[in-house]
Amino acid sequence: MNATVLSSTTAPAARPARRCRWCDTLDAWLPKLVLAPTFVCSLVFVYGYILWTAVLSLTPSRLLPNYEFAGVAQYEALFENERWWQALSNLAVFGGGFIFICLAVGLLLAVLLDQKIRAEGFIRSIYLYPMALSFIVTGTAWKWILNPEFGVEKLVHDWGFTDFRFDWLIDPEMSIYTVIVAAVWQSSGFVMALFLAGLRGIDDSIIKAAQVDGAPMPTIYRRIIIPSLRPVFFSSFMILAHIAVKSFDLVMALTNGGPGFSSDLPATFMYSFAFTRNQIGLGAASAMMMLMIVVAVVVPFMYSEMRRSRHG
Amino acid sequence: MADMSVAHTAGASKAGRFIIYGLLALVCLYYLMPLFVMLSTSLKSLDEIRAGNLLSLPGGFRTDAWVKAWDSACTGVQCEGLKGFFWNSVSFVVPAVVISTMIGAFNGYALTMYRFRGSDLVFGMLMIGCFIPFQVVLLPMAQTLGAMGIANSTVGLVFVHVVYGAAFTTLFFRNYYVTIPDELVKAAKIDGAGFLRIFFSIILPLSVPIIVVSVIWQFTQVWNDFLFGVVFSSGDRQPITVALNNLVNTSTGVKEYNVDMAAAIIAALPTLLVYIVAGKYFVRGLTAGAVKG
Repeated sequence: MNATVLSSTTAPAARPARRCRWCDTLDAWLPKLVLAPTFVCSLVFVYGYILWTAVLSLTPSRLLPNYEFAGVAQYEALFENERWWQALSNLAVFGGGFIFICLAVGLLLAVLLDQKIRAEGFIRSIYLYPMALSFIVTGTAWKWILNPEFGVEKLVHDWGFTDFRFDWLIDPEMSIYTVIVAAVWQSSGFVMALFLAGLRGIDDSIIKAAQVDGAPMPTIYRRIIIPSLRPVFFSSFMILAHIAVKSFDLVMALTNGGPGFSSDLPATFMYSFAFTRNQIGLGAASAMMMLMIVVAVVVPFMYSEMRRSRHG
Repeated sequence: MADMSVAHTAGASKAGRFIIYGLLALVCLYYLMPLFVMLSTSLKSLDEIRAGNLLSLPGGFRTDAWVKAWDSACTGVQCEGLKGFFWNSVSFVVPAVVISTMIGAFNGYALTMYRFRGSDLVFGMLMIGCFIPFQVVLLPMAQTLGAMGIANSTVGLVFVHVVYGAAFTTLFFRNYYVTIPDELVKAAKIDGAGFLRIFFSIILPLSVPIIVVSVIWQFTQVWNDFLFGVVFSSGDRQPITVALNNLVNTSTGVKEYNVDMAAAIIAALPTLLVYIVAGKYFVRGLTAGAVKG
């Protein structure tokens, strides 16, 4: 196949333009020219805009941007805002629960699926299909399933347990946990796929050696296989943490931040202040804080990734 | 690994196998349950919903909830169903996917086959665009779209999705092209083929799998997007995800759960179909985007 591809380039139809020196120069510049628009876009729309948001966060802007310098007043206001603290502590609860359960469920399912299962491909695609759905669809579905009047509570009542109560969706103490339930449903299959790929990549000569030595299977898993999945744990953690910080749609669809603002996350806080409550400066400050949270999580990951690729 | 599993299972009791299959099947039911509940609820009448429970089956095959969700359900002040919003989504998703995939292919090619001083730096710089929380660019982008006169328009949404999707597509193509042997391109260069000619006659024909991955990934991302849709569009220009959220949260009169569920399935249908048809590539895109090749 390669041979045919190559011969087509040596065909006499090669561009006559090759003869001019100018074209060589152009050809040398083409790769850079091709990259230039993306490069400029990234420079402006990512880096420039981060800077712009940073500037906005230092101004007293409300409905419209106003470029007077206000120092860190917005950040002070942010950290005096009870709702922001609620959003941060929700992020900790949601992020912790979501990441831990996804990792545990993902690993367990991957190990189970790695036992020479018949119809593995079929089962895997069932576990993964929620990833193809929008968080809005997931939120809508779970909002109905968790509906305190007609949802799970009623189902269990119909089974005969009439004093069963399940109203997390309207309970300010518990509403953030409904977000975990729905988010785990959506993302755990993905973590399973990552772990399964990791399991398939393990060199089985070590495992065989351990078996020859008479080590029982659970010990092999505990001592050899799971420790060698360290990189998968690490990258799954980073991805899930990233999803958690960015979570917005799911909360909007499932609880809309409520009851009250008991299930607010930083992303919904930012949206609400920047776009519906006309507090651009405060919104910008909260967006900058979100960026810092992501940086704190992602930078170690990027660093280790770069180090690994340099050695590899 | 596979051998090990065989050795293991050969020794394990039949009961162990039974438990594993049982567990896997239970988990399948758990993942499928919301889809089943959505589907069966969408086919029930409101009376059936009140009388039955989540798992009770619909009495007949009634499609009125579907018709209403598509045609006349209220999404805020207007009551014209999801149909207009569905086509809104189609109208910006298709160009956004095509353009961002093309850009990704060219970028990936330039970054791998024509390395220049600083090309790794450029790549690293682009990659950071995959990691930022988009909240940090929303306010300036809203200002810019307004100033450019493309706020609340198809062009505006295409623009935003291309700008922030190109980093991902570049990542896909770059990681794919790294695996193509250098000799192929070197030989063609010696034969006098230029940048574009090598791309179109050698690289592009080899790129079909990664093009599929990129298209599917971008399609799913852009179709499912809510954040850009809700911030950069309003009224009857909104994408279907925003309309669905409005429909579910519109609180006038009796809450019609069957219409909500039909609407949710309508919004999910395109990406679900893509998943059913090309799930293999979807998974590949997910893991490529996740573990970076």
